[in-house]
Formats: sequence, C-alpha cells, structure tokens
Amino acid sequence: MTIQEIAFYIFSSVAIIASLMVVSARNPVHSVLFLIVVFFNAAGLFLLAGAEFLALILLIVYVGAVAVLFLFVVMMMDINFATIRQGFVRYFPFAGLVGLILLAEIIFAITSIPDVGGRATLGGVAHPIPDPQQVSNAHALGRILYTDYFYVFQLAGIVLLVAMIGAIVLTLRERPGSKHQNIGRQSYRSSSDTLQLIQDKPSGQGVHNG
Amino acid sequence: MVDVQAYLIVAAIIFTIGVFGIFINRKNIITILMAVELILLAVNINLVAFSVYLGDLTGQVFTMLILTIAAAEAAIGLAILVVYFRNRGSIAVDEINSMKG
Repeated sequence: MTIQEIAFYIFSSVAIIASLMVVSARNPVHSVLFLIVVFFNAAGLFLLAGAEFLALILLIVYVGAVAVLFLFVVMMMDINFATIRQGFVRYFPFAGLVGLILLAEIIFAITSIPDVGGRATLGGVAHPIPDPQQVSNAHALGRILYTDYFYVFQLAGIVLLVAMIGAIVLTLRERPGSKHQNIGRQSYRSSSDTLQLIQDKPSGQGVHNG
Repeated sequence: MVDVQAYLIVAAIIFTIGVFGIFINRKNIITILMAVELILLAVNINLVAFSVYLGDLTGQVFTMLILTIAAAEAAIGLAILVVYFRNRGSIAVDEINSMKG
C-alpha cells in the first residue's frame, strides 16, 4: 500500500465520519465545526488527485467564508435545541431506507462502468492536463479559465454580485430613530439654499444704537 | 495511485449522507443548508475525479463554478433565514406557512 493510498483512506474515512456527524449532531454549532472537518478532508482528497489549486480554493472559500458565515448565523440566533430535534427518530427509518437505496444504486452504477482506460475517451480531450513538472495546476487552469471559459468566469462573477446585492437587500433594515447620513441629500445640498448673506449696517456703528 | 472508482464511491457516500441529512432534519433548516453544502461538495469531488481520470482540465473549471454557486447559495439562504428569524422569532420549518402555498 503506497503512501497515497494510506492518505486517501484516511482523508476519505474522516470525511465520511465527519459528514455523518454534520447531519446527526445535536447542536448546530457542532454541525458547523464538523462541516469544517469535512471541507479540510475534501481539500486533502483534491490535493491527492492533483487539483491543488481547487484544494486551496476550497479551503479559502468554504472554510474561510461559508463555514464562518454559518457559524455567525447559528450563534446569532436563539435556537431552542430541544424542538428542532423533534421527528429525528420518527424520520430515521424512512430516511435510512431512502439513503441506502440511493447509495446502492449509485455504487451499482459506478462499479458497472466499463474501464475505458482514462485518456482518449469520449471522443477526445478538450483541454489536456499539462505535465505538472512544467506547468503548475493553477497556471494551467488560468490559461483556459481566462480564454476558453471566459464567459463562465464572468457568469460566476455575476452570480456573486447578485448574491451580494440580494443578501444586502434582504437584511438591510431601516430603523426609525437612527441618526444616519443621507449621502444623496448631502451631495445635493448647494450653497444657494443653505447660505444667506445678511446686509447689516456699516461697521463702526455698533449693534445697539437705536 | 488511487483509481477513479474509489473517489466516486467516496463522493457517492457523502452525497447520500447529504440526502439523508435533509430527510432526517426536517425541523432544522440550518442543518438542511449544511446538508446541501455536503451534496455540492460530493458533486465537486466527482468532477475533480473525472477531470483527473480523463486528463481534461474542463472539469476543474466547472468545479470552480459550482464552488461559486454554492457560496452564493449559502449567503442567500442564510440571509433569508436571518430575515425570517427577525420577523417570526423562530426558524421552525413546519411553521413556515405564511405564503399559504
């Protein structure tokens, strides 16, 4: 057994056990922490497969952003842990049955694929992976991401923009009593309607002279 | 070198656990969202495994797209959850019937 196989079995078994803990943990905070464990091990699997750029992106995006977002939301809410566990036992047989059938079907499908021997199948390879000794994975991905898949890249950016605006619009709340700046009103103020020049008497005569 | 079927079976198990989690946590929408993240992760593992197996980088590009979509989906889902909690004071899934759908 090579070192890659040992690492593969460690990563995959820890990922599977942690993902079981994600769906069955009693406390949602523990679920999020197990989700982080799953993401770390999936990143390890990606590294073993040779997709090192995606492994690091997975860590940055999932662990750095998504998991922290979940953690914030879970800790912000006052959740009654007793009520959200209701129905766990009642749904367990049905859920287990559906899961087992689904898993059996997928594994049957996977194991019945004829071994086509990797490369040069499905009518040719669109973008072959270059030799990792010469071109790194990130370099090779960048070469095709910014050329052949430029529209996909732009689409991902638009999806993120829509998500960002949507999240802000959903959660923005105008409180009636808050003293906030109105930038539009500030910018539209002109000196003509705020400043006025008062013509007074010439200087030297004092204020109270009559 | 680990062959592609091992990766596919790991992804299938994680996918099934995600589906199982959606069924079993009927009251807990935060865990349902986490189960959806697990399902998307399983899809990503599948794409990377096939990308390496076929020697084609295209799968890795689309893995990145799915990663983006998953992040956007989590952000929107949690934002809806926060607004719902602010309005109703609870996040019980079976009480979400204000749209009478």
